[in-house]
Amino acid sequence: MVLMKMKFPFQKRVKLAQGLWLLSWCATVAGAITFTLGCILKTELRRRGEVMDNTDIHIVPNTLMIVGLASLGINYFAGKIGQDALDAGKFPRWKSLLKPYFAISSFFTVLMLLAVIMSYAMKGSLESSLKVGLRNGIRFYKDTDTPGRCFQKQNIDRLQMEFQCCGNNDFRDWFEVQWISNRYLDFSTKEVKDRIKSNVDGRYLVDGVPFSCCNPSSPRPCIQYHLMNNSAHYNYDYQTEELNIFIRGCREALVNYYMGLMNTIGAGVLSVFLLQASVLVSLRFLQTAMEALAGNENTEIETEGYLLEKGLKETIMEYLDPVLRFLLLKNQVQEGEGPDNTVNI
Amino acid sequence: MAVLPVKFTKTKRDKLAQVLWILNWISVVTGAILFSLGLFLKVEINKRKELMAERDIQYVPNMLIAVGLIACGINFLGGKICYDCVDTTKFMRWKLIMLPYIVCTFFFTSCILVGALMCYSMRGELEESLDMGLAVAMRFYKDTDTPGRCFLKRTVDLLQIEFHCCGNNGHRDWLKIQWISNRYLDMTSKEVADRLRSNVEGKYLMDSVPFSCCNVNSPRPCIQSQISNNSAHYNYDHVTEHLNLWTRGCRQALLDHYTYIMQSIGLTVLVIWVFELSVLTGVRYLQTSDGWLLENGFMETARTNLNIIKNLGKCNQIDTANNGDPNINVPCTSKAMYGPDNVPPKQLPVAS
Repeated sequence: MVLMKMKFPFQKRVKLAQGLWLLSWCATVAGAITFTLGCILKTELRRRGEVMDNTDIHIVPNTLMIVGLASLGINYFAGKIGQDALDAGKFPRWKSLLKPYFAISSFFTVLMLLAVIMSYAMKGSLESSLKVGLRNGIRFYKDTDTPGRCFQKQNIDRLQMEFQCCGNNDFRDWFEVQWISNRYLDFSTKEVKDRIKSNVDGRYLVDGVPFSCCNPSSPRPCIQYHLMNNSAHYNYDYQTEELNIFIRGCREALVNYYMGLMNTIGAGVLSVFLLQASVLVSLRFLQTAMEALAGNENTEIETEGYLLEKGLKETIMEYLDPVLRFLLLKNQVQEGEGPDNTVNI
Repeated sequence: MAVLPVKFTKTKRDKLAQVLWILNWISVVTGAILFSLGLFLKVEINKRKELMAERDIQYVPNMLIAVGLIACGINFLGGKICYDCVDTTKFMRWKLIMLPYIVCTFFFTSCILVGALMCYSMRGELEESLDMGLAVAMRFYKDTDTPGRCFLKRTVDLLQIEFHCCGNNGHRDWLKIQWISNRYLDMTSKEVADRLRSNVEGKYLMDSVPFSCCNVNSPRPCIQSQISNNSAHYNYDHVTEHLNLWTRGCRQALLDHYTYIMQSIGLTVLVIWVFELSVLTGVRYLQTSDGWLLENGFMETARTNLNIIKNLGKCNQIDTANNGDPNINVPCTSKAMYGPDNVPPKQLPVAS
């Protein structure tokens, strides 16, 4: 049961070879673009690496880079094979290489599709990584004298100003954390002592936010402290005031930014995938059409080309068979050496 | 006595023509580069238009844009001329235009030099413009309800955040103006009324700066208010504290930014000028039959040209030496330029 049989007269074969050559060059450029997109994504993820807890999300740009590099090689060979296909003298030298070539190229093409799916599927992982990372960043904001954490304040301030966000979920996260270091608190004053005593853990909590939460678009000078106290400021109502500080949380801002970036990249990679798949399909048709010509004196007769000789399932089994046999053989040998050690005929 | 004579054989001339053809095309590209540099400078200046007072600084990018466009045109024509120079039959039709073309290109090349020098001279005007513009912007910082000025607060805040600067010359500029609008001042409170009364012009001046002056690299949370009062904050000395707020003034920051851009552009334009000059020299050598820059020395050529210009007028004037009779034939003593070979037409014998 042959998959997708098609008739190929001589002219159609020639056109197919020419089209394949052109497509393979386009696909090579597309592969380079995929590699570049992977590099861009990786750079962007690393820039904000300090507010991410783990690097699980890096699998997406890494896969894209690997696939991009592999497709450069795949398409180069596709072009060369397509060029040699119409020449009956040169084509036979590729015969032995074609089966592993198709296996490897199908694998990398499927990997490309997987990368796109992963970029959508890993949104949850990215979000939880950012949640933990931002929480730690806010907690260690005051520790500018602790080695290893002394740049957290700078990073969080720059992040909040650049992404126009405040806190983890929103600005209230700053109320739950002591973000003013004890070095700058006068423990002899009554106010400080009262505040610390009123807190269970002995932390100095204020209903204020750092200056980086301030919104430059606000018509009035920024109100940072006593945010929940309407009487502390003239003509101020914290429930209706939206322009004073950034109301969006940084986790949401970062997730939106990265998902937007990955969506754009995913759309590009999807079109590269379609291009790559069409290159492989055309090459397969050309190969089978030329093989049907083998031994024939007249090179201009009409031949049949197909995608798969047997059905899909059978072809997969055929490819996996040597792999499985290799693994099973190892197991059999190990079983044989087990309990029957003494049998030695 | 010719200036810089070089002997040219036919093959050498052909090679020169070919090289000049390529160089002219490269010059078209450099002309396009000039144009884009002018455009870039124009965009950069317009981006901060609100912070600059009315000054004549647009002439520099406009000049660069015009020069770039003209360079493309002139070098395109030069390329065509040099391409046709190899073929003697085609060369004939360009012979008459070549000398005016070279003269035009010479003047145009000096325009490029003027453009490059203008880039360096723009700095003074720019500094003045920024000084006045920033002072005005800071004065209207609080007027977020006045149409036409409502975005100045945002512009100044974003400027201070992006360029890491505070105020015009330094943060003390903010202490001299009222940057909090009266809409947000409780006029009934004693404190506000006292402050207003203590000021001659009735302005509400404070010992504080906007949040955008805060330095991100400071190890402690930003101290914005009562910055000159050491006792208002724990462990704080305003004299030695230099990490709390940005210390640089915005005028200096913007000036440095623009000076860097203009110096790079000026250097590029100078390089392009040298290149254009060399192309022009090559075309001049190609034009002259023996291969010199000027037939006689500089002084003689200048004297000759001056005489030509002087005598141009004489042809039109009535010669009073002939008793005011306009019908007597006054021979033109001016040396007209009869094409590039300078051979006057043969005088026809007068039939007597």
